[in-house]
Amino acid sequence: MILHPTVIANLLAVYISSGMVLYAVYYGVQILKYWDIESGHELQLVLERKTYLISTLLSYVFGLQLLSLFLFIFTADSLTPLFVGAMCAAGTLNVDAFGYPTLVLKIFNFILAGLWLVLNYADNQGYDYPIIKKKYLLLAFIAPFIILEAILESAYFLGMEADVITSCCGSLFSSERKTGIGSEIASMPALTMMWVFYGAMLCTLASGIFFYLKGLGGYLYAALSLLTFMVSLVSIVSFISLYIYELPTHHCPFCIIMEEYHYLGYLLYILLFGAVVSGIGVAALIPFRQVESLQFMLSGFIRKLALASVILYAAFTAFVTYEIVSSSLVIAYEVVY
Amino acid sequence: MRNWIEKQRYIIDFTISSLLRRKVKNFGLLALYTLIVFILASTMFFTYSIKKEASLILKDAPEIVVQKIVAGRHDLLPVSYLDTIKNIRGVAAVESRLWGYYYDSLVSANYTLLTPPANGSFEDTIKSSAKTTVVESESGDTSKPLFELNGAVLEPGTLIIGNGIARLRNIGKGDFMPFLAFDGNVMNLRIAGVLSSQSELVSSDLMLITGEDFRKLFGIDSSYVTDLTVVVNNPSEVEMVASKIRKRLPQARPIIRDEILRTYDSIFNWRGGMMIVIFSAAVLAFVIFAWDKASGLSAGERREIGILKAVGWETSDVIQMKFWEGAMISLTAFFTGVILAYVHVFFTGSLVFEPALKGWSSLYPNFELTPFVNLEQLTTLFFLTVVPYTVATIVPIWRAATIDPDSAMRFTGD
Amino acid sequence: MIELVKVKKVFNAGNPSEFSALNSINLLIEENQVTVLKGPSGSGKTTLLSIVGCMSRPSAGRVKLQGREITSLPERFLTDIRRKTFGFIFQQPNLIKGISVLDNVMLPAYPLGEKRSHLRDKAMKGLAELNIGNKAASKVEWLSGGEAQRASIVRALINDPHIIIADEPTAHLDTKLSYRFMEIIEKFKAEGKTVIITSHDPLVYESSMVDRVVNLRDGQIEGEPA
Repeated sequence: MILHPTVIANLLAVYISSGMVLYAVYYGVQILKYWDIESGHELQLVLERKTYLISTLLSYVFGLQLLSLFLFIFTADSLTPLFVGAMCAAGTLNVDAFGYPTLVLKIFNFILAGLWLVLNYADNQGYDYPIIKKKYLLLAFIAPFIILEAILESAYFLGMEADVITSCCGSLFSSERKTGIGSEIASMPALTMMWVFYGAMLCTLASGIFFYLKGLGGYLYAALSLLTFMVSLVSIVSFISLYIYELPTHHCPFCIIMEEYHYLGYLLYILLFGAVVSGIGVAALIPFRQVESLQFMLSGFIRKLALASVILYAAFTAFVTYEIVSSSLVIAYEVVY
Repeated sequence: MRNWIEKQRYIIDFTISSLLRRKVKNFGLLALYTLIVFILASTMFFTYSIKKEASLILKDAPEIVVQKIVAGRHDLLPVSYLDTIKNIRGVAAVESRLWGYYYDSLVSANYTLLTPPANGSFEDTIKSSAKTTVVESESGDTSKPLFELNGAVLEPGTLIIGNGIARLRNIGKGDFMPFLAFDGNVMNLRIAGVLSSQSELVSSDLMLITGEDFRKLFGIDSSYVTDLTVVVNNPSEVEMVASKIRKRLPQARPIIRDEILRTYDSIFNWRGGMMIVIFSAAVLAFVIFAWDKASGLSAGERREIGILKAVGWETSDVIQMKFWEGAMISLTAFFTGVILAYVHVFFTGSLVFEPALKGWSSLYPNFELTPFVNLEQLTTLFFLTVVPYTVATIVPIWRAATIDPDSAMRFTGD
Repeated sequence: MIELVKVKKVFNAGNPSEFSALNSINLLIEENQVTVLKGPSGSGKTTLLSIVGCMSRPSAGRVKLQGREITSLPERFLTDIRRKTFGFIFQQPNLIKGISVLDNVMLPAYPLGEKRSHLRDKAMKGLAELNIGNKAASKVEWLSGGEAQRASIVRALINDPHIIIADEPTAHLDTKLSYRFMEIIEKFKAEGKTVIITSHDPLVYESSMVDRVVNLRDGQIEGEPA
């Protein structure tokens, strides 16, 4: 195991997150069992107070997930010198089988936590906590994923072994190794991806605006926004990163959050994550439009969510387009590397 | 939206005044918090900048160092190896090195004796960009010199010594220093100069000596050298060259520079991490303390929250207020701790840590580290201090915020 | 206006120390009237007041405010209603020490995020009406008993509530100040507000402006039908 201070910070963060979620789930189960809004019984009052605790905990988890997602990439990047063949975070994540799964799970959990907060906000607007049971079922659903993330991340860091000189009597420690760690990232052909990206984005924005104005096609929009999210991630790897790095072979999606690229990656990723959470939030809330206590606000809120999502995607596209236009790189024809 | 911003402003105002009203309690917490940040930050700044120094020094080192191993131990290397290696494809240059250790019983110190490279004059060596064990400082280059001669010239019968030695033995330019040679005779060498303090971190115990004097002192025949350095221009060929050396010279041990870099990195990471783990006990104690402080609301505080809730503040409003309280304390402690740590490590040379670091070494360099602080360090610090503090206070804050509004009614002043 | 039907309040239910503060209360409080809740200590006055004023929920029974059922409203809604509808005057002025009178008075409006200048003007006006405008910037520790109580009244009025609730308001006031207090109550009534007071001070419940006296004993109302 590599006892690096940043590694410790990462593990600490993920254990704290899991701890908080488990704590929340414990009370959530109590709420699922005993909740009765009509009763004036003391237990009910206690449960109502507990909901504040759980909301606060989950908000912190959400913030922590976002921060630790970026910290994870940072850590991977700073551990690069320790491994032969690793050029940047992309390489370090390949060190053992757990690196990329941890990353994927982290993103997934972040989106889930965001979704929960959207549901929580809506629930709080109703005078009888109309969706509380469903909300806590979602929480129970999220919990195992956070635990899994903790396990995977631990396995990833604890299984790491740096390529270092371990004995002063041996020699040629690295020649025994067959190959270094691959830093290449599988990527789709750039020009094709550009078409796909802009096409998907246009459809999504159109659908979103349509939903905002007419109130129809909410599920469609949510599905499209999820699709666009994934397309955008693939696009970053495939062509957006090329323009930012001004290098036709550098596909790494992690280096754009580094200092030399003016931390541009943070902006892009935050826009993207915000957009997908609010987009999916639309679908999560539509089923509750008929609930009586939410009548007065839910439709309006859902539309605002959709609008927020549209604006974030539009901003993302604007920045990406700016980068492409202002970059010194020109991809005139496709070269297969 | 505007309402929300205005509301936050009100709450922040109230929080500030509330913090100032309880200076004593909050000050204790703040002091402890700052101390924790200070200790962790100092540790991190120290390890990271030493790591950086090491990597800068090694940056221009030769790609491979070749030593001869006999029965697992480092032996003198025959000069004939040079030609064998020169003939390997990919090798740009091969240099021989003469260096060793001398134990001075007078001050119980080990000196490292080194013969600077023999080809060309010193000025040439300094100005050319040929890769040798001496790393020249070209203008604009970020690498660090192994030593800087400061204008001194090494002649037979003289030594150029490092700062640490000068301090330890209280000698300087022009003084004489006696050495016990391999055959029992005494060799008197004159000090021709002292190495600059810029490179003190690595050259503190270094002595530059001419090749002849070295061989005379240690009794080493001219057909042997200590080890070789090999320059390979193409980085992807280094491993290949190293394995060829191994094949052609079975008793040779090639050590690749990048391996050394990785190992150093690892060691410093490990040391830094170890310190953090040890200090985690302190962080834990602090977290428990913070939790206790947050839970132990005085009667006055309880009353205040009761009043707030009675006049119309909701539980979530009180939670927000407490959150701002925590944020303000955290930010103040964090920035103060980091600034103090910066001054401590980079201006006072880690005064507080010195006894632990120095141990019983006699030749101890003056630590003038180049300041190196990056976002990664600050983020790690944040996660190791602010996050545990914030999480520890969540439950106490919630408990405080759920005080019944009618507790204000029941307080009758009796 | 405010209707309580079969309201019960039990503390520490299920424990040996279970205690029933209110037993099956039926009460209707009329608009624009001054109602006094009278009873010895331990009769449940404060508990009843707290339920009437949307500060706590009954263990059983129903509470209606202006026709709207508020019995099982979650805290955030209850608080919202309470902020806008009720103004509380406590036995003790219950001002927060260490901040100025003006800040104290504006406190209940903070969560609503009203514009600061707006809020300040309202507060200053309220203070002036009760003749303590000159004390706006002073710390609350420097106020006399009567001034402190007047400050707490201004605070109670900051959100323009139309129901005023006062809990033993004259308990720590001398006769002169008590009369002055009742004059303020009269002013409220004239403005169309509803007033609910708990008191065992004859000066209060025998006052001419009181429209109705409710007698509480052992958690139940004596005599009066709902």
